[in-house]
Amino acid sequence: MQVATTKVQDMTSGGIRIKALGTRAWAAAVGALWAGSAWVNPAWANPQPGQLNMTKGVTEWSHEPYFLNNVALGVCTVIGVLVFGAMFVAMFRFRKSRGAVAEKWSHNTMLEVVWTTIPVIILIVLAWMSTGGLVSFADTTGSQMTVKVTGYQWKWRYDYVNYQGKAIDGVGFVSKLDEQSNDTRQLGSELDPDAVKVGDENTYLLNVDKPLVVPVDTKIRFVITAGDVIHSWWVPALGWKIDAIPGMVNAAWTNIKVPGTYRGQCAELCGQDHGFMPIVVKALPKAEFAQWLAQQEAAGKAPPATPATPASPTPAPASTAAAPASASTTAAAAATTPGKQG
Amino acid sequence: MAHAATHDHHDAHHGAPSNFFTRWFMSTNHKDIGTLYLIFSLTAFFIGGSFAMVIRAELFKPGMQLVQPYFFNEMTTMHALVMIFGAIMPAFVGLGNWMIPLMIGAPDMALPRMNNLSFWILPFAFVLLLSTLFLPGGAPAGGWTMYPPLSLQSGSLAYAVFAIHLMGISSIMGAINIIATILNMRAPGMDLLKMPVFVWSWLITAFLLIAVMPVLAGAVTMLLTDKYFGTSFFNAAGGGDPVLYQHIFWFFGHPEVYIMILPAFGIISEIVPTFSRKPIFGYKAMVFAIAAIAFLSFIVWAHHMFAVGLPLGAEIFFMYATMLISVPTGIKVFNWVSTMWGGSLTFETPMLFAIAFIILFTIGGFSGLMLALVPADFQYHDTYFVVAHFHYVLVTGAAFAIMAATYYWLPKWTGQMYSEFWGKVHFWCSVIFVNVLFFPQHFLGLAGMPRRIPDYNVAFADFNMISSIGGFLFGASQLIFAGVVIHCAFFSKKKAADRVWEGARGLEWTVPSPAPHHTFELPPVIHDDELAHGHVED
Repeated sequence: MQVATTKVQDMTSGGIRIKALGTRAWAAAVGALWAGSAWVNPAWANPQPGQLNMTKGVTEWSHEPYFLNNVALGVCTVIGVLVFGAMFVAMFRFRKSRGAVAEKWSHNTMLEVVWTTIPVIILIVLAWMSTGGLVSFADTTGSQMTVKVTGYQWKWRYDYVNYQGKAIDGVGFVSKLDEQSNDTRQLGSELDPDAVKVGDENTYLLNVDKPLVVPVDTKIRFVITAGDVIHSWWVPALGWKIDAIPGMVNAAWTNIKVPGTYRGQCAELCGQDHGFMPIVVKALPKAEFAQWLAQQEAAGKAPPATPATPASPTPAPASTAAAPASASTTAAAAATTPGKQG
Repeated sequence: MAHAATHDHHDAHHGAPSNFFTRWFMSTNHKDIGTLYLIFSLTAFFIGGSFAMVIRAELFKPGMQLVQPYFFNEMTTMHALVMIFGAIMPAFVGLGNWMIPLMIGAPDMALPRMNNLSFWILPFAFVLLLSTLFLPGGAPAGGWTMYPPLSLQSGSLAYAVFAIHLMGISSIMGAINIIATILNMRAPGMDLLKMPVFVWSWLITAFLLIAVMPVLAGAVTMLLTDKYFGTSFFNAAGGGDPVLYQHIFWFFGHPEVYIMILPAFGIISEIVPTFSRKPIFGYKAMVFAIAAIAFLSFIVWAHHMFAVGLPLGAEIFFMYATMLISVPTGIKVFNWVSTMWGGSLTFETPMLFAIAFIILFTIGGFSGLMLALVPADFQYHDTYFVVAHFHYVLVTGAAFAIMAATYYWLPKWTGQMYSEFWGKVHFWCSVIFVNVLFFPQHFLGLAGMPRRIPDYNVAFADFNMISSIGGFLFGASQLIFAGVVIHCAFFSKKKAADRVWEGARGLEWTVPSPAPHHTFELPPVIHDDELAHGHVED
């Protein structure tokens, strides 16, 4: 697999990464066990009203944090029930008002050894589980595509570096908060955040003018940096966030399994409009992505005018969510269908 | 009422000065300075709380209704700085000032004039910090962590840095004083391993303070020179590294969060045995656990930075080290529960707050363990899950412990009983509303809401509204607290006994209530059965 014949010369490595230690197979097995054969309905990958737990995400790796979250939550719940249960029993059994007389003991070696050892064992298990997920996350090798992400106050820039071993020339654009959200969020705008919708989905503050378009079933390497202050690139459905730091380049990867539109936000305080620089990733089937990319490349060769907006013959539904550059109606449909929800 | 044996043959000039200015501004008396610290802390608690009310009001529903985003950021930043450096830390120093000499049988702090100085620096530091709200350009708005390059964009950076320098000097002097007092001024017979756990916790905390406050001072000084003197410590274009700041800051910052919780552990370890009428379970294990937590606090700092792109090896190390903290912390929780087991329990207000502390702090500890797992932290980091986590450990942890301590020792300080009825009203309002306030924030974080944002998608609307309602009511509940304290100090008719609580052990209960202006001018004769831990076998 050819990777990363990157043309970005001003980049340095973000850090030393140990090679995968062979725990990937294990991690994949656990993942398969938990994720089942199918990934979740991608609609649930974006924040839902009343949502109580973390999303499982839609990528090869995103079940790792979900799985760990659930295991850790379960462990904590069990410990909590035992400890608080003992406490409540004590509070009812040993009330002075019920005639309880205080005992004198203040030591029990056996008990102390037990409640030191058992947590250690639980921790070892949790540590072992986490390490597997961490090692697989750290391995950005073998990617089929590279996208450079740059954070600015208060927008994101995406530059397509290479795809399937071929360098990409002149495909890059700035992605910022969509106009409707931006009008609505002004102090005293009197506009209703509930009215900011794409189809059935409320996209207030979670929509952009031009989403990052990527293919599914492709290991994509992101190289992430910033132009002014520190930002953090986070799409919950991808399962991770990583800081965009001026002068540094961080690397991370994803492999999206389900086509759809996935929304996230900047996660590092970056100034007054920190809350207003969302991230939208639109994952297309490979063929449609290839078409989209070809159009972008063609447009990129044209004089550097406005961001490429090829004539879209059909009225694209959900025009704010779908890229203005939607290659075809099928692409637009693919992007919007998962956005539906019950 | 009773006369202190230690107070018999002394002249009138050993009483409190009658001149208000002399007494409160020039005081070298540990009790008066302790009172000043506590009043200062309560004031800061309400100022910082009012900032929180602005935050929760803006977040009440989606859309911007009240403030501009930049002002919102000023509020989050100032809320944290005021609560950490103005409310929580001075409250513990105040409690230490009041109680450590009383608990170890010392006549005063070892360095009384420095004690005066370390307090009186604080009001000036805070006037400086708060004045930025009224200056053109506004207050610091880059978060209390002040990460560069963002913090370098703020026009009020120099004010914040100078205020932090002053607070740091104050903290270091306070810590030196506490260490000198504990190591040198214990009454004969008050061996180190007979000291109350609260004194132990402060001894260890003081060492943490001395170790890390200079590190913070260094970090913010580098910010200052980067901004004004052309250095490039944190500027990659000049050969520096923005992440370096985060390493230095959190090398301070993680011990700092334990500075805010270890004395709380000490307080709970005093209150639970008193109201269980049973010695604390595993005294030595409790002391050792505090020391172990303090040690671990120095080797876990990068768990605040799992998303900056650390090398894999570093992430693994800091994850394991962080998870280890749950072992000594767990021991403490188990020991408190075991202290209650087989006791003879009553539930006065201090005990209610202590029990709420144990449960709710443990919930904060659970989310802390979850945050330690790096792959999961890639999702949790910088979300409301983190906000919920640290408010559980700081509000229902540190602040509840301070309230428990206030109710516990207030009769000793004022000589009068507080209103148990209103104390309980305050407790039940606080414990219910604090959970309405912070528990839903776990869900918001898990669903994907970043922290420090002034507005949000409608998917987060319901839980934010619940959280805001809880916030307003929790804030209002604290007015009851102020009312109870003022009533107890000035209006209560019910005199407090010397040994205020039936099960209380320790030297502080052998002096009259209110504690006379000077106590233990002659070292007390210590009877081991008077001490909470006089017969330590384990």
